Amino acid sequence: MSLKILKSPPSVIGYAAVVGRREHEGPLSDDFDLHDMTEKFGTDTWEKAESEMQRLAMNLAMAKAKINGGDLDAIFAGDLMNQCVGSSYGAECFGRPFFGLYGACSTFAEGSILSSLLIGNGTFSKCGVIASSHFCTAERQFRYPLEYGGQRAPTAQRTATAAGAFVLAEKGEGPFVREVLPGTIVDMGITDINNMGAAMAPAAYDTLKKYFEETGKAPDDFDLILTGDLGKEGHAIVSDFMKSAGYNMNGVYNDCGLMLYNAQIQDMHAGGSGCGCSASVIAGHIMKRFEKGYIHDILYVATGALMSPASIQQGRSIPGIAHLVRICDSRSKE
Amino acid sequence: MTLFWDLFKAFLVGGAICALVQIIIDKTALTPARILVCLVTLGVILGAVGIYKPFIDFAGCGASTPLTGFGYTLAAGVKKAVDEKGLIGAFTGGLTGSAGGITAAVFFGYFFALIFRSKPRD
Amino acid sequence: MKITKQTYKKYVKMRAPSSPLGKDMAWAFLTGGLICAFAEVLYHFYLYLKIEEDTVKILVPITLVFLASLATGIGIFDDLAKIAGAGTLVPITGFSNAVIAPPLDDKSEGLVMGVGAKMFTIAGPVIVYGTISSVIYGVIYWLVGVIT
Repeated sequence: MSLKILKSPPSVIGYAAVVGRREHEGPLSDDFDLHDMTEKFGTDTWEKAESEMQRLAMNLAMAKAKINGGDLDAIFAGDLMNQCVGSSYGAECFGRPFFGLYGACSTFAEGSILSSLLIGNGTFSKCGVIASSHFCTAERQFRYPLEYGGQRAPTAQRTATAAGAFVLAEKGEGPFVREVLPGTIVDMGITDINNMGAAMAPAAYDTLKKYFEETGKAPDDFDLILTGDLGKEGHAIVSDFMKSAGYNMNGVYNDCGLMLYNAQIQDMHAGGSGCGCSASVIAGHIMKRFEKGYIHDILYVATGALMSPASIQQGRSIPGIAHLVRICDSRSKE
Repeated sequence: MTLFWDLFKAFLVGGAICALVQIIIDKTALTPARILVCLVTLGVILGAVGIYKPFIDFAGCGASTPLTGFGYTLAAGVKKAVDEKGLIGAFTGGLTGSAGGITAAVFFGYFFALIFRSKPRD
Repeated sequence: MKITKQTYKKYVKMRAPSSPLGKDMAWAFLTGGLICAFAEVLYHFYLYLKIEEDTVKILVPITLVFLASLATGIGIFDDLAKIAGAGTLVPITGFSNAVIAPPLDDKSEGLVMGVGAKMFTIAGPVIVYGTISSVIYGVIYWLVGVIT
């Protein structure tokens, strides 16, 4: 069994999302806690800005959970920058045990899974989870300089300027992390960095299929199945594959990358991507919908494209991963 | 009247070169850096075999402004230097011919990079 | 359902939307043509100022490089290039943009390794391959001259 059912499901007691200008101008604007139109967050470099977003998101999440930094047993954080420095500088001020993660765009689910498992078995009682990405730091590292004049393929995705944070605790009112399914690396040989949705889609399909096979459930049993930033291409490929495997996801399936921007007005090609994309959609929009009682039971499948600039230049294919987290507003309901 | 004819030729030829390269951009996964390298090398080769010179005589800036023209400048510089100085010209001619463009790019690039800041693009 | 890497690659390629070639080409033609025509205007203008033709031939690209660097600095070059594509990439303006864009970002890493070194991350290969091919041509040209 790849699926891990948490016997004492941890509760999300605090959550927050901090975003940049394009995300603020998108359709989910009202669900984010904080934004900065300059995307600099009062700092002088883009790298510092990303760390500052992490710090702000974690602070807001802790304030909502009514806890202090000292109450956290550990912080799990990740971003896209080399050596994960965005998180190191972002979480530095909290002075708590720190685990830096790299899961590309799947980082937020990776952190949620690790902290849920450790809270679920009683090791920790409260954990912080943070993930962030910044368009300007990612663009510099993975693509071209900001002022470089180039055209992007229609399948390319935009790295979101966003950060999301969770505070997970053993006691709380919910929503709860009920089940997790850590993903395996799936590489279907896609080498095109401008089509990461297609590179990650087989991993999402693999994880979802495993989940439905192991639980015997159907997509209709959930209010929402949400993949983390596959964008337009990846979303269509997963729908297509799941359908041929006998799971009709029409009507319940959406993707964080498609939700973050308004495809008609904003020119974002295939949608959003980056650690902050699904982190801010989950820790902003989705949690607010839980709070208002619009949704009760969801599957969050965060996908990551695990390449580096060097591996791309060497012509190697892009390994994908997809971590599944089931979030539910009750501890026991089936 | 010759002015307008010159402008028209430059517009037509320069535009046509760009439109052809656009096909390569859209239809292949070649990165811009690779395309620029190909254009410069192509310019040197076309200049070397003597095809590019008549082309510049016809289209003026329409043929000299695209990067193939930059390659041609390198080739023409080498040819002139070899004629004057012999083999050593092969090492001095190319960059001498293109010195203006490269130096300008470095000089202006440096100072504007100090003055301005990059902004996130849409 | 078992899918091999080959069939998946084909499937992805088949379903991926392609760039609007006709529209891209039209914009590239228009903008590239206008830049070249503008260069021609400069050429005639400098000649009109009684500047020597050999000097004008160097002055025109320098002016274009200046304008492209400035446009990159104030942040309009990338917006234009998004529409123009090859139209701004292929003329010397593209080379100039490739020189200035990296240091604009990387000056936070210092004047030497940030600005100085990063200037050539994209444009460097152009100079390298241009220089190498010109030397090869020069040697061949010299050999041919010696033999004949």
